[in-house]
Amino acid sequence: MDNVVDDVMVKEGVDQETVDAVREVGGAYKYGWETEIEMEYAPKGLNTDIVKLISDKNEEPEWMLEWRLAAYERWLQKKEPKWAMVDYPEIDFQDQYYYARPKSMEVKPKSLDEVDPKLLETYAKLGIPLKEQMLLAGVEGAEETTGAPRKVAVDAVFDSVSVGTTFKDELAKAGVIFCSISEAIKDHPELVKKYLGSVVPVSDNYYATLNSAVFSDGSFVYVPPGVRCPMELSTYFRINAENTGQFERTLIIADKGSYVSYLEGCTAPQRDIAQLHAAVVEIIIEEDAEVKYSTVQNWYPGDENGKGGIYNFVTKRADCRGDRAKVMWTQVETGSAVTWKYPSCILRGDDSQGEFYSIAIANNMQQADTGTKMIHLGKNTKSRIVSKGISAGKAQNTYRGLVSMHPKAKSSRNYTQCDSLLIGDKCGAHTVPYIEVKNNSSRVEHEATTSKVDDDQMFYCRSRGMDEEEAVALVVNGFCKDVLQALPMEFAMEAQQLVAISLEGSVG
Amino acid sequence: MLNIKDLHVKLEEEDKQILKGVNLEVKAGKVHAIMGPNGSGKSTLSYVLSGRDGYEVTGGSAHLGEDDLLEMEPEERAAAGLFLAFQYPVEIPGVGNMTFLRTSVNAQRKARGEEEMSAADFLKEVRARAKDLKIDADMLKRPVNVGFSGGEKKRNEILQMAMLQPKMCILDETDSGLDVDAMKLVSEGVNALRDAGRGFLVITHYQRLLDHIKPDVVHIMADGRIVKTGGPELALEVENNGYADILSEVA
Repeated sequence: MDNVVDDVMVKEGVDQETVDAVREVGGAYKYGWETEIEMEYAPKGLNTDIVKLISDKNEEPEWMLEWRLAAYERWLQKKEPKWAMVDYPEIDFQDQYYYARPKSMEVKPKSLDEVDPKLLETYAKLGIPLKEQMLLAGVEGAEETTGAPRKVAVDAVFDSVSVGTTFKDELAKAGVIFCSISEAIKDHPELVKKYLGSVVPVSDNYYATLNSAVFSDGSFVYVPPGVRCPMELSTYFRINAENTGQFERTLIIADKGSYVSYLEGCTAPQRDIAQLHAAVVEIIIEEDAEVKYSTVQNWYPGDENGKGGIYNFVTKRADCRGDRAKVMWTQVETGSAVTWKYPSCILRGDDSQGEFYSIAIANNMQQADTGTKMIHLGKNTKSRIVSKGISAGKAQNTYRGLVSMHPKAKSSRNYTQCDSLLIGDKCGAHTVPYIEVKNNSSRVEHEATTSKVDDDQMFYCRSRGMDEEEAVALVVNGFCKDVLQALPMEFAMEAQQLVAISLEGSVG
Repeated sequence: MLNIKDLHVKLEEEDKQILKGVNLEVKAGKVHAIMGPNGSGKSTLSYVLSGRDGYEVTGGSAHLGEDDLLEMEPEERAAAGLFLAFQYPVEIPGVGNMTFLRTSVNAQRKARGEEEMSAADFLKEVRARAKDLKIDADMLKRPVNVGFSGGEKKRNEILQMAMLQPKMCILDETDSGLDVDAMKLVSEGVNALRDAGRGFLVITHYQRLLDHIKPDVVHIMADGRIVKTGGPELALEVENNGYADILSEVA
C-alpha cells in the first residue's frame, strides 16, 4: 500500500505512477527483500505437541487448546483436495515450521513505541507506517485531484504473530474492538467462543481444518449494534521466515445495523522454495449490518520458471445471518504461485445481499483457481459476481463459482459476469460455473466473455506515444475497471500499479 | 519535413512485395494527397511510416526531419511528431477517452523531456478542442471508440491530432464512412491545424474530401509506386475519368 504519495492523479486507466512503478521495478517483485531479524521457531513438523506449543505461546485458555486438538484429529483423517485446476508438487507437511516469531516479540510490547524498530522499519519499507497518522490519497475516477486525508487502522502480522495494532484507543471509544485474534481469545472469550468456527466449521475443508489446528494469529473485529466504524480497518500480513507456513485466522463480527470496511494486504520475500499460506476468514453479519472486505494479495509469485512462490490456500466466508445484511468481497489477486480461494456468501437472512468483485492476474507460471460461492437461503436475496481473469505468460487462470438457490430462497436473484483476458498465446483461461436452482421464482444470469489484448490495440496506443508497458497497463486497467471501482480508494491506487507490475515482461 | 526515398516494403507473412520504390517529399506547411485504386499500397505506406508490425522494409529510407523513422519504435515516431489518423480506429473497452488522450499527451511530453501537462491545463485544452469538433462531454468520458459511430470515430481521431500537435499528419482514408456533414466537420478540424510548420499526407480514394481539404500536391499511386504527381487538378481528373486513363498513360 504505497499510498502516502503527494499529488497523485488516479484515473480509471493508467496513471503516471503506474508507469513509474513499472519502470522502477523492471520486472522484479517489489517486496522480495527479507528482514534480518532473530527468530524463534517451534520445531519443524506437525503433531499434537506443536499444536500445544502454539496454544501455549499464545497463553490460551484450555477450551481453545481443546478446540485446536479436535481440529488436528479431524485433519489427520482428511485428504488434500485435488479438484482445482492447479498442479504443484506434493506438500510435505512435516517439513514446515508452524510457528515463527521474532525474538523481540517474546514479551508482547504494550504499545507501538515498544515494538522492535526492525519490525517497524519492515512495515515502513512496505509502505505501511505503523503510526497513527492520516493517509493522503488521490480520488479514483474524479477529473480533478483532491487529497482527502483518511485514517486507516492497521493490525500488522509478521510470520506467526501480530506485531501491533494502531488506533486501538480511538476505536474503543466508538465501541469497536480491533485487536489480534490471540488477544481476543484472552480478552473477549465470550465473543470468540460464540463465533469462531460458526461460519467455517472446523471440518469444512482440508486447509481450513489445518488452519483451525495451527493458526497462530490474525485479526479480530467486533462492531457493536448501530455503530458505523469511524475508520477503515486493515491487516497487513508479511511472511518473512523461511520454510514457515503462515496460518492466520480472521474473525469479523458486524452486529445489528453496524458497518465496517476492512482491507487486507500481503507480501513475502523472494525465495526459491515454495511456502504455504492457509488462512481462514470468517465474517458474521447481523440484521441490517454491512461489511466490505477488500484484499490485495501480492504474495511472492515465484520466478518466471515457476520456482518458489507462495501456495495460497484460503477459505473466506461471510454469513449474512440477519435480514437485510450485506457483504461485499473485493479481491485483487496478483501474487502467489498457486491460488486456491473462493470467498463466499451465505445469504441466510431475508433480503440479504452478497457481492463479489475479483481481479485475478496470473503471469509466467502462476496458477489461479478462484471464484466465489453464493448460497441463497433467505427470501428475496440478491447476489452479484463480477470476475475479471487476466492470463499472461504460461499461466493458467480458472474462475470457479457456485450459485445455489435453495427451496426457501424465493424470488432471489443472481447476476454473474465472468470476463477473461489473454495476453500472448501460451496462457489459458477457464470458466467453471456451477448453478443450482431449487425453486421456481428465482433468477440466475450468467455472462462470460474471453478476449485478447490484440496487436491492433497495442499499435494504436503506441502510435499515440505510449510504450508497450504503458499500453498493456492501460488496456488491462480498462478491462478491470468495474472491479477497480469497487475498491476503497487507497487500494484502487495500489491495485492499478500492481496490475501494471504483475504484467511486466508479458509483452514483447 | 517527410522524406521518403525509394522505399521497398513486403508483407512479412506472405512474402509479397507491396511498395516497390516510393519517392515522396512533403515540405512543412504543405498538404499532399495520395490517391489510387484499392491495393495500390496507400495504407501500407501509412502503416510502415508509423511503425506497425508485419512489414519488412527491403530497401530505401524514410526520414522525418533528421530522424530515421525506420529505426524507431512506433512511440518514438509519435514523440518525434508523426501522427496517423487511422482508417479504422481501435476500440479500447473500459478506458475513458479522456484518460487515453491524457496518457498519450503526457507520454509524448515525457519522451521529449518536457513537463507533463497539468490536469487543469489538459482539461481546458481538451474541452476547447472538443468543442470545435462538436465532441460533447459524454463522448470524452466514454471508453475509447467503443460504440462510437463512424463519424464519431473520425472526429475523435482529429481530436487526438489536435491535442498531440504533431509535425507530420497522415490521414488514412479519413473520409471513409462519413456523411456530408461529418466530412465537413472533420475537414474543418484538419484545416484549423494547417500551418506553416506542419505537413499533411492525406490518403483518399475520392476527390470529394479534397474539396474540403485543399491539397497543394496530388500523387497517384499504383502497384506500389507513385506513378503521377500534379496539382489539385489531378484529383479532378481522377474524379471524372477514373484511374484507368492515368494508369494506361503511365504503363
